[in-house]
Amino acid sequence: MARVILQVPATAVRGSVIELRALIQHPMETGFRPGSSGEVLPRDIIRRFACAWDGEEVFSAELHPAIAANPYLAFTTIATESGTLTFTWKGDNGFAQTETRRITVTP
Amino acid sequence: MRAAVLAALLLAAMPAAGAEERRSGFADMSAATQAMQADDAANPGMLWVLDGEGRWSRKAGRTERSCADCHGEAAASMRGVAARYPAIDAERGEAVDLAGRIALCQTRHQEATPAPRESEASLALTAFVAHQSRGLPIAPPDDPRIALLQAEGAALYRMRRGQLNLSCAQCHDDNAGRRLAGSVIPQGHPTGYPLYRLEWQGLGSLQRRLRGCTTGVRAESFAPGSHDAIALEAYLMSRAAGMPVETPAVRP
Ligand code: HEC
Ligand code: HEC
Repeated sequence: MARVILQVPATAVRGSVIELRALIQHPMETGFRPGSSGEVLPRDIIRRFACAWDGEEVFSAELHPAIAANPYLAFTTIATESGTLTFTWKGDNGFAQTETRRITVTP
Repeated sequence: MRAAVLAALLLAAMPAAGAEERRSGFADMSAATQAMQADDAANPGMLWVLDGEGRWSRKAGRTERSCADCHGEAAASMRGVAARYPAIDAERGEAVDLAGRIALCQTRHQEATPAPRESEASLALTAFVAHQSRGLPIAPPDDPRIALLQAEGAALYRMRRGQLNLSCAQCHDDNAGRRLAGSVIPQGHPTGYPLYRLEWQGLGSLQRRLRGCTTGVRAESFAPGSHDAIALEAYLMSRAAGMPVETPAVRP
């Protein structure tokens, strides 16, 4: 499992804009670089990131080879109902990781 | 007008800022890179700190003991430790750097195979231990053997080396703040190691950083963990005494 640092507010006021931030440990090997043996290293990147609020996708991003290692994504969404935020990363070589956080929305 | 010209000439003739005012490499970075270091949720070095925290309480070696079994809460037992390394290992009577000290615990106390330098395991544990000193002033030990090592390191620092025939001092004392190609030459303080370098796309030790500087002048690099490498580190730490530890720092 890759290390992940998430920043999610524990509580938010309904209707307010909240910022969510996600950092994950991943080499994001481009597929264009030669390794120490001189042979090109096979591509190994995260292809897609998504964040769902109680199952409904609120943000997603496609990632490409030019994105730096250990990608950091910060985005905003509107607080709706108390529930579970699910963060998923999917990539080459079957890479798949899911993290969840609870958020309480107050009126 | 003449006074202004004279003042400018005098300023130009003065030794580099290094002499009076020390500044961390942090101060020479762009605002965006500074923001990345300052925010634990954006600083990729924290991923290694987190990894090290997990390893701290993992049992290992023939003794089946974790770091925590002997040292307890790192926040208390490791506070200030990194700020005074390299230090003398009493059993050998020799100086070790922090990564070397941790490797000694792995062989001596855990009876495990020590993690090789620059491996993810070594970097993660070193970053986790050093992070417990973040914000504390660098305070080299008051020990005559360390003083001797610092003097050796100072001589290495001033020695011209490589095909370009440049010493560390010529860049980091005489020309700090000026530019070398695209980069600002920092004063070269070891305040943030192990640190996340954008160029590396990963965490690395001070010794890896020095390899960049030595190959840059086309000189032979110091072997990591060697006597000379530790002497140089001891000198750099004395030169930075009082400056706060930043681990894990971010650098371009
Ligand atoms: C069996 C007990 C034991 C275990 C396990 C152990 N250590 Fe130690 N550690 C010691 C002792 C004892 C010392 C004092 C120096 C010596 O005698 O080797 C020490 C010293 C240290 C120091 C230097 C402290 C200072 O004030 O200078 C560090 C850093 C350290 N250990 C880190 C670790 C880490 C990281 C691990 C896990 C990988 C670990 N130790 C595992 C017993 C242990
Ligand atoms: C030709 C000039 C030059 C020489 C000679 C040189 N360096 Fe450097 N050094 C640099 C530059 C430029 C950087 C910053 C690189 C960057 O930001 O990409 C740097 C970075 C560093 C850093 C990192 C500082 C930080 O904030 O993390 C340290 C430490 C350092 N050098 C020490 C040394 C030592 C010790 C020597 C001698 C063995 C040395 N340098 C020789 C140019 C030099």
